[in-house]
Formats: sequence, structure tokens, C-alpha cells
Amino acid sequence: MNTTAVVTSELNRVIRFVWEELKPRGKWLTPFNIISIPIILIGLVILFFRFVYGIGSVTNLNQYYPLGIWVGFDVVTGVALAGGAYVITFVVYVMRIEKYHSIVRVTVLNGLLAYIFYAGALTLDLGRPWHIVNPIIGNSFGYNSVLFLVSWHFLLYMITMAVEFSPVVAEWAKLEKARKFLTALTLGAVIFGITLSILHQSGLGALFLMAKPKIHPLWYSEFIPVMFFVSSIFAGLSMIIFEGTISHKVFKDLLGGHDHHQYEEILLGLAKGAAITMFVYYFFQALLFIHEKRWELITGFWGYWYLLEIIGLVLIPCFMYAYAVRNRNLAIIKVASVLTLLGIILNRLNVTVIAYRWYDLDKYYPSWQEVVVTLMVVFTEIWVFRWIVTRMPVLAKRQ
Amino acid sequence: MDRRQFFLTTASVCAGGMPTNTLKAADAKEPKEFVGVLVDTTRCIGCRSCEVACSEANSNFVPDVQNDNALQQVRDTSDKQYTVVNQFKTAKGDVFVKRQCMHCWQAACVAMCLVNAMYKNKEGPVTWDGDKCVGCRFCMVACPFDIPKAEYRSWNPRIMKCTMCYERLQEGKRPACVEACPTDTLMFGQKRELMEIARHRVYNHPDKYVHQIYGEHEAGGTGWLYLSAVPFDQIGFRTDLGTTPYPEYTKQFLVSVPLVLFGVPALLLGLSELTDRKNEVLESEEWKKPGDAE
Repeated sequence: MNTTAVVTSELNRVIRFVWEELKPRGKWLTPFNIISIPIILIGLVILFFRFVYGIGSVTNLNQYYPLGIWVGFDVVTGVALAGGAYVITFVVYVMRIEKYHSIVRVTVLNGLLAYIFYAGALTLDLGRPWHIVNPIIGNSFGYNSVLFLVSWHFLLYMITMAVEFSPVVAEWAKLEKARKFLTALTLGAVIFGITLSILHQSGLGALFLMAKPKIHPLWYSEFIPVMFFVSSIFAGLSMIIFEGTISHKVFKDLLGGHDHHQYEEILLGLAKGAAITMFVYYFFQALLFIHEKRWELITGFWGYWYLLEIIGLVLIPCFMYAYAVRNRNLAIIKVASVLTLLGIILNRLNVTVIAYRWYDLDKYYPSWQEVVVTLMVVFTEIWVFRWIVTRMPVLAKRQ
Repeated sequence: MDRRQFFLTTASVCAGGMPTNTLKAADAKEPKEFVGVLVDTTRCIGCRSCEVACSEANSNFVPDVQNDNALQQVRDTSDKQYTVVNQFKTAKGDVFVKRQCMHCWQAACVAMCLVNAMYKNKEGPVTWDGDKCVGCRFCMVACPFDIPKAEYRSWNPRIMKCTMCYERLQEGKRPACVEACPTDTLMFGQKRELMEIARHRVYNHPDKYVHQIYGEHEAGGTGWLYLSAVPFDQIGFRTDLGTTPYPEYTKQFLVSVPLVLFGVPALLLGLSELTDRKNEVLESEEWKKPGDAE
């Protein structure tokens, strides 16, 4: 048998296999489907209007608020919450701590999908998305632009995460040789991915450095990039805890032979990591508070809004994590993870939307269409995630 | 780690690092000086001829100056008009102020743009190139003067802002608004000359003008300069923008990029070798001193 014949027959097998796997499984009328399907359909209609009649036809964006929740929530917040992938790959592949190996696949998958969908949501917000290749090809490199850096890093990081996840796909498609080759690339991809993550997590903050006169001084400082990077660590860890909690309920039967005690240890470890990084973050915020004499700004709505974020949604969940780790209380860890995520969402939205042009009387509020499209992005991501984990060896090795 | 894997790892890290090396110094000396316009607000009579001339030269919406009563409220430039004249009631009577892109010397919008669609021409005007623009609107975020305006109601939106009539400049003409001004409020020239004229006027009429030339240092210096009889915050200018050129705010970050891009992979590659437990010797056995045994 010659090589061409082997390749063709192998290709045929894979195509037929993928076709079989594409078919839906299980019940159709689950509560999640009943909610998500109409929202995704309405979202598609809204996107039709957006691409035909312009962004202004479906959003509340105006000349003074050029960025809404499509950037502030989907992209800036979504990327922060996907920070778990680089933290966990660092722990497992660089520090070689095997305890967390069992959650690497699902974390990387979550990160990859988050970048594809949330960073991908950027294309919905771009006025001329067909020019999106311009920063990559052609002669229009804005070398001195932070945005140029961030866009390149998004692209490269998506590729590295795809490489990190590819052995799972190869295992699923039963391509043993490809799997071996792709596994050999993992360490390089991990190291490159961590580097890119440090740069673009902080780069997302650096995008707003030039908006100095427009962001409320409680949220603006020259250290926004450092803040964004440090907070992405505990944002990512909290997201792993949060997602893991849901996955353990929803995909219980996929976790065959899973050691519950081991999972408890993992959660406690993640919570410990989150607690300490949050404290460092809080400490840095406190230093800034003193250095910039921010107490003078703690007046009225913005002062309390700031305290709510820093005390209520950073310091308190930080202590909750620490307390829960001491007392091995998983319930408190889960509550703390939710509070932390709310704090991150609030922080990113404050910088990009809420405290942006705080002095305006005519503030921006998202339109219902913007909210529906955001939900559509989240739901579509969950659909793809569900499709993958129910087919590929993500949550547990194939029996 | 075997040799094959070592090469794969190193090669993939290095290859990935290459295209992101974004820091290229472009400090070649320009032979030409930047041009700009001096606006003497004490001379403006609010006839709005500049608005009409601007819109005609750029095929934008032409306002009906006689009948639209637009001076009743303070307006901003829009995606339909590159320039507007506003009226302010002050202690020294009505003051008319023209508003348009300031054509910063080191423009925030240009530094923000990832595709060089916003571009600082060597003659001084900041212009926008629709073939490059991706429509991210971060130029609008960066601009301290809120000048770039997006066409939100178009499937193919443009970023609309004053170009200082770049095409007319290349034909050797002056900007349309300067050409149309009947009172010599607007004066076109190189910034150095304009600064001399502006200082001369302030020096000769110390009671007539406030002793500040808006645009001399604001946001690192702008191409358009303003003279006024009353403090600038009374006639619609932001006076809290600082004198730092806006691109400076991101410089610190950009400088640290190569450090991370090459420092972190080196550190991590080293770490991953150090933590390799394949040939691990149990330290507790090796390092136990005889006396420690319990």
C-alpha cells in the first residue's frame, strides 16, 4: 500500500468520524437550551442589523463613549477571566507540580475558547473588521502602538493555546503520531504562552494610559498595566474554581473514576494562590492610595464605588479565601470566587466604561441589543465547550 | 528533555518572539518644520465662514449660517462637520472660538493607532487613511481633545476629523478655513513663526490678552495655537491636560516589552529544566548530617 492511499484512507476515516461526532447527543429540551437558543437567534438578527446599518443602529455608543460593553466586558474582562490558563500551565509544565495536572486540559480549553469568543467579539465591535488583517500583513505596522502589540499577542496566544490543547484533539481523533508530535511542542508553547499573557494582560491596561484626562483618578494610575496583570492571576484562579464547581455538577458522569479528595485538595490550593495574589494586589492598591493621596477623592458616589470594589470585592473575598483554606471550607471558597469575579468585572468595567468620562452628565448605558449580543457570545462559547467536553478526553482520560 | 525536544522548544519560543519585536526607533530628522494655524479669538466675529468653507472643501454637511441659530448653544465637531464656532459669554463680552483638530506634535491618536491609519504627516497635519483603519475607535479614547468622530450609522464607518486641508497644502494653498476668514483671526504658517507673532501680540497688548498661548505646551504642544482675552477655561478649553506629550504615557510600558519578551522565556526555560525530577536525588537522604538523625 503506498503512502497516498494510507493518507487518503486515514483522512476519510477522520472526516467520517468528525461527521459522526458533530451530531447532537442527549436531551434537547434542557433549561439551558431553552434559554440560550432564542438568545443566540435574536443575537444573530441584531448582528445582521449591526453589519448592514452600522454599529450605532444597535448600540448606545456615541462620540464620547467609543467603547461599550462589547469591549469593556467581552474583551477586557473576558481576557482577564481567562488568565487561569497561563497560571495553571506554568504550575504544571514549568514548576512540574503534578497535583494540578488533572485540571490542565479543561483550563486550557476554557482559555482557548474564551480567547476565540471574547477576544473574537472584538470583530463585532470593529467598524471595518475586514481590515483586521492589516496589523498582521501589509505595510501598516503601528510599531509604537500598544494596541498593535495586544492584537499580535491575542493572535499568537490563541495559536499557542491551540497547540497546548491539540494533543487532546489528536487523542480524540485517534491520530497517535500527530499526538506524539504535538505533545513535544507543549513546553515551548506553554513558555511562549506565559510570556504573551504577561504582556497582553498588562497591555490591555496600557491601552488606557493615554486616556488620562478621561478616567476617574481613583482608577487611573501609571500602574494600570501592573494592576491588570496581577489581578488577572487571581481572576483566572477564581474562574477555575467557579467553572470547576459548575462542571462538577453538570458533567458529573464524565468524571469517571475521579478522586473527590484530590479535587478538594486542588480547590484548596487554588484558593490559597488566589488569596495571596489578591493580598499583593490589595497591598499595591493601598500603596497607590497613600502615594496619590487618594483619601481626598473618597467623597460622594465615586469614592464609595471605589471602596466597594477594593474593600468589598477584593479584600473581603481575599480574607474569605484565607479563612476557608484554614478551615477546609469549600462552600466559602465558592462564594469567595463569585465575589472575586464580580470584583474583576467591576474593575475592568470601571476603567473602560463606568468611570470613563465620569464627569459627563450624559453617561453611556448599554442598549438591550448590546446585552443580548454579549449573552449570545457567552452562550455560544458554553455550547462549544459542552460539545468538546462531551466528546474529547478533557475532564478525564478516556477509559 | 532530549535534544530533539530542546530544539523544538527553543525554536518555537524564538520564532514566536520575532514578529512581536515592535520597538523600532524612528528618529530621523525631518527637514521640514511642522505647520499650524494661529487663532486669535479676540478678532473672531462669529461669521462662521470657516465652517462653510471647511464643509465645502471636504464635501461635508454645509450649515445654513444665516438661519440655523447654531451659536445659541455650544456645539462640538461631529461626524458631519470638521470645525464649529462657538460663542461664550465672558466678562470681556462675547468671545467666538473655532474648534477643530489641534494637530498635536506628538499625537495620542497616532500613537494609539495599530495600523498607522492615523498618521502625522511630515508637514504637520494628522490625517486618517480609510484603507488601513480597522475601526477600533481607540483614537477616540486616546485623543485628549475628543476630536476624532466615528460614523456610527454606516456599514463602512469613517473616522472624521480635520485634516488641516492636507491636499490643499500639497497644492501650495492654505487651509480652506484660513482662506475664508474675513478678519485675519486665522493665520497659517510654521509653528515657530506663529509663536513669534503670538508672543509679539501679547507683548504689545499686555492688557488685551491673557499671557498664555494655548497649544504652546498643552498635551506636548499642538499645531494649532490660540490667543484669548479671557482665561481659556472660560471659553471651552480643557486646562487640565498637562504638558506631557500623550505618547509618553505608554512609553514606559513599551520599553518593558523586550525585557518580558526575552527575559521571561529565558527564566521559564531555565526553571523547567531545574524542576525536572527525572533524575532526582532524594535530598533528605543526601543532606542529612549524621548528627541530625533522629
